[in-house]
Formats: sequence, C-alpha cells, structure tokens
Amino acid sequence: MSNTESNILVDVRNLKKYFTKGKNVWGRSTQVLKAVDGVSFQIRQGETFGLVGESGSGKSTIGRCLIRLYDYTDGEVYFDGHDLSKLNEKQLKPFRSRIQTIFQDPYSSLNPGMNVLELISEPMNIHGVYKGDERIDAVAALLDRVGLKRDHLYRYPHEFSGGQRQRISIARALSVNPEFVVCDEPISALDVSVQAQVVNMLEDLQKEFGLTYLFIAHDLSMVRHISDRIGVMYGGRLVEVADSDELYENPLHPYTRALLSAIPVPDPRAISRRVPLEKAPAFNAAEYDKGAGDSGLYEVSPGHFVAKY
Amino acid sequence: MTERLLTVDSLKVSFDTRAGENQAVRGVSFHIDEGETLGIVGESGSGKSVTAKALLGLISPPGKVIGGEILYHGESLTGLSEKQWRSIRGNRIAMVFQDPMTALNPVKKIGAQMTEVIARHRGLKKAEALKEAIRMLSEVGINEPERRVEQYPHEFSGGMRQRVMIAMALSCQPELLLADEPTTAIDVTIQAQILDLLKELKDKSRMSVVLITHDLGVVAQVCTRVIVMYGGMVMEEGLVDDIFFRPGHPYTQGLLRSLPKRDGGSRERLVPIEGSPPDLINPPPGCPFIERCPHAFGKCVERPPLFELGNGQRAMCWLLDKEAKTGE
Repeated sequence: MSNTESNILVDVRNLKKYFTKGKNVWGRSTQVLKAVDGVSFQIRQGETFGLVGESGSGKSTIGRCLIRLYDYTDGEVYFDGHDLSKLNEKQLKPFRSRIQTIFQDPYSSLNPGMNVLELISEPMNIHGVYKGDERIDAVAALLDRVGLKRDHLYRYPHEFSGGQRQRISIARALSVNPEFVVCDEPISALDVSVQAQVVNMLEDLQKEFGLTYLFIAHDLSMVRHISDRIGVMYGGRLVEVADSDELYENPLHPYTRALLSAIPVPDPRAISRRVPLEKAPAFNAAEYDKGAGDSGLYEVSPGHFVAKY
Repeated sequence: MTERLLTVDSLKVSFDTRAGENQAVRGVSFHIDEGETLGIVGESGSGKSVTAKALLGLISPPGKVIGGEILYHGESLTGLSEKQWRSIRGNRIAMVFQDPMTALNPVKKIGAQMTEVIARHRGLKKAEALKEAIRMLSEVGINEPERRVEQYPHEFSGGMRQRVMIAMALSCQPELLLADEPTTAIDVTIQAQILDLLKELKDKSRMSVVLITHDLGVVAQVCTRVIVMYGGMVMEEGLVDDIFFRPGHPYTQGLLRSLPKRDGGSRERLVPIEGSPPDLINPPPGCPFIERCPHAFGKCVERPPLFELGNGQRAMCWLLDKEAKTGE
C-alpha cells in the first residue's frame, strides 16, 4: 500500500503471530497455528479502520498484537513512527497510554470488586495523570461525556446494564487521553436497541478527541457504517482492503463476495444473491508474497487492494 | 384454510430470584399455523426464549408457569405430567438450541446419540435407527454420513454440529420445530447455509417452524410472520412485509430505524432507541416501552390491548386507539 500518506498513525508490516499447539519431548513445536500470517496495513490519523472476518481469521489476534498483549512472531508495528516491536516493557509504557482498548464483553472486562471511580481512575494511577482533587472532577467529566452521571461514581459494575457497562469501559479507555483505540467487538454483546447508542457515542468521541479507531467486528453492516476503510481477514491473511462503500459495492476477492452476500438483509423483499463459498480459495503463498506491494496485495483501483486469487 | 397448530393464550412465566419475582413472560398470546415459519424477535430479557421453553414444558424451578394456556391441536398442554410431556417433546415438537456444543454429549459418538433418540421416539430397532440416522445426516447436507456417525462432536465444526442438531430434531418427524437462536454462535457464511437448509427442509414437509432470534435480517430472510417481544410482552405481530414496511408499534419502528442504512447513506448518523430495557422484577404496570418511547402519553401507564391493523397485524399501543386522547 502507498506510503505517501503523510499522516499514517499505525503502520503494520508483515505481521506474523504463530501459536504453538504442541511440543515434543525436545521442546520443539510440533503443531503451529498461524493465527496471523503476514499482514500489512496502515491506519491514518483520525480514521476508523474496520477489520472483518469470521472466527479464527486472526482479526482479534491482530488487535492484541497492536497493543502488545501478544509478542508477535515476526514483523513490525510502527506507531507514530516508533517501532513498538523493538521496545521493552519500560519503553512501551508511554505508548500504553496513547493506545487503549475496548473489549467485547463488558461483563468480564470490568473488575466486579471496584467501583466506577476506581475502575476509571486505575489507568490514571498507572500513568500518573490527574492527581488529587482534580481526579474526581476528571472522572465525573468523563462519565458525563459517556452519558452516565456523577451519582454513578461509587456504584459497582453489577448495578449497571450491559450498555452502561460498555460506557464505563469506554470512559476507562479515554481516561488517559489516548490517540488510538482498539475496539474489539465493542457492540456485539449489547442488545440491538442499545448498539446504535454506543456506536453514535464512539463517533462523537472520535470527533471531539480526534481519535483513531481500529474497529474489529463480525457484524458487517455496522462495520460498514462506522469505518472509513475496511480490511477483510481470511485464514490469517488480509485478502482485501478498500474504502468501506467501495468494498461493499464492488467486492473483488471471492471470499469477500461470499462473506458480504451472506449478510442477512433486514428487508423481506430483498432478493438474495448469495455467492456460495464452494471451497475455501487456497492461498498461493508464493503469489501472495511476491505481490505488487510489500503487503502482498495488488492495487486494482486507487485505494482498493486485493490479494491474488 | 390452514389449520391452527398451536395457540398460546395469556401465558405468564415467573422466576423466583433473591431480588424478587422476575416476571419474564407477562401475558403472551399468539398462534402458530400449520406449515408457517413464525419469527419471534426480541432482545435479551424480552421473554422470547422463556416462551419457547414453556411450549416444550421445560420451565423448571425457580421458574414457574403461573398462568395462561397452551393449546396444541386444540388440546391443553398445561398441567401435563412429565411422562405426557415426553410423548410430545421430540416427537411432535422438537427444538434446536443456540449452542450445539453444549447440547450434544461430548463423549458419545454422533451415531450413538442419534440412534438413541430415534430408537426411543420411533420404536425402531438399533440397526434400523442407525440407517435412519445416516439418512437424516445426508438430508441435512453432511457428506459421508456413514463415516461421520462414527465420530465425536468435537470432530465436527460449529456449522456441522448445528446440522447434526437439526438432523436429530427432524429425525422424529415433528410437526413443529422450535429453533432458538440457531445461528447466533455461527459465522455468517455458515449461518446462510443453515438458514437455507431450514427453508429447504420446511418446504419438503408440512412442518411449522418457530425461529427465535434478535437478528432482524434473519427474520426478513426466513419468516412468513413475526411477533415482536419486549419486556415479557408481545408488542406487535403481523406478516413479515407489514412488520418491516408498516410497523405499527413505536418499539418496532425504533428497532428498524436503529439499523445502519444499507446503501448510499451508510455513514448517516444512527437513530438509536434511548434508554435501556425495563427491569422485570419491578416492571412498569402499563406499556413496557413507556420510558423509552418518544410518543408516550398519559394513557400509557395502563396496559394497552392489541389493536387490529388489518391483515392480521396487531400492535399493543394506545396511539392506535382512536378514542384515546394523544399527547397534549
């Protein structure tokens, strides 16, 4: 992909993450799961980059590599020009406040023994922002920003609904003024009637604080709505990257076509034109690797990249 | 004229919890005709799954059916003994659950699990039952069924396990199949295959299907009629076209409006339903949607009846009452 854009915030280059499933008696890996197998893409400052794919495609693993929750097997992740893969834990710390995460399940991602004030101020403690009296006001201001009230400061997670808990998670992520937020399936555990509330809020916060999002999801219609550009993952690789409307209107890779045509359309008169995924299109590894760019993707029209198939 | 298969009248189910009585289903009435596919749509806590369980006599303590009637071919199912239920469950009404991994026995071969069910319900000998199991597996699109019956559930993918569940449910030739979120745990390309399979199997027989889901897309693609549940009540029912194009209830309207636009204006701001679903331990006495409804007015503190909108469409909203005075 073109590196000419000057405002690239996150640059992922040939990222690989292998998991060892078994070891033999000599400690050598016998079975290797290639969760992410050579993925390159860039996220521009202030945009939302959507990552879609089915379970096991490696989309969440990429998210976890970006926040260095996992150490990757190979490749580099540049954030604002710094190669995160080379940094040790101490050197990483400043980046840990600039990059935050919102997870899927607001029931398991909040410590049930902490009240809202403690939950939201925990990252502030770690990164040493807003000390003393400032603290409560800062937390209350954040709560207000995500649609909760000051009265909620001393309540515990079990007293909130799923949507409210996700708001707390968002406030917690924003507590240290991040620039980049990895949203891993942030709405899939929420009720349909509440999803739109949270999506609107994420969009408002993005505008207000100039945030950049990586939005990982399997709900394809919501991803189209929120993303500027979308990458489609399949079998640990990126098979297609394009602007979101372009991707949905003009999908090129057989997998993307099968995936998009399988979305159940909420319109009883829509005629299903489903493209069956007859057999998994096999990757031609050699072709993939010597693709036009270093990403293994060919640019077929400006900004629309697709893997050889 | 199609025959009425099942009628649910003012069904009430509650669960005793430490915090009080959770009124999961609060007077639900609907019917299922022979050969139709009815969708039950609702979010978590709307009472849709509890309603389905009640149809199978599967409400167990702390849950209790506290009122209402279920008529199957005109005969009451309420108050049946466990033994009588067993002759209906599986034989005449079968169910497919959301998560096929927990519904299958992990240490028993697929073939053995299927023959057990078939032998019991249809009184076949073991060898015949196995033959029937193999036939059913190929019916639901599983290749090499003779080999697959010798495998364990973990050797099947999620989509294949759901096919096994459907094959098991259909092996007893039920009149009614209840599918509770059958594709929620499954990837979208596989979901499409499973939904196609359900449609195809239904077309081959006179079986009725009840599809319980929170996904309006799934409903639009598969169902002929829909009921929309919220806060333990039926807010609206009607043919799928009427529900999607002429929704009568503000909740249905809100749900449809909150979906992202599909073409062109995909980046338009979403229109959410503000607020959150009601607490069913202390539910609002009137319309359960009152706190989130943009049109709520004085009358809404009383529970509205279902108003007829024609074509079998009915909605539980005072706005549809010509006599009620709407907002000042």
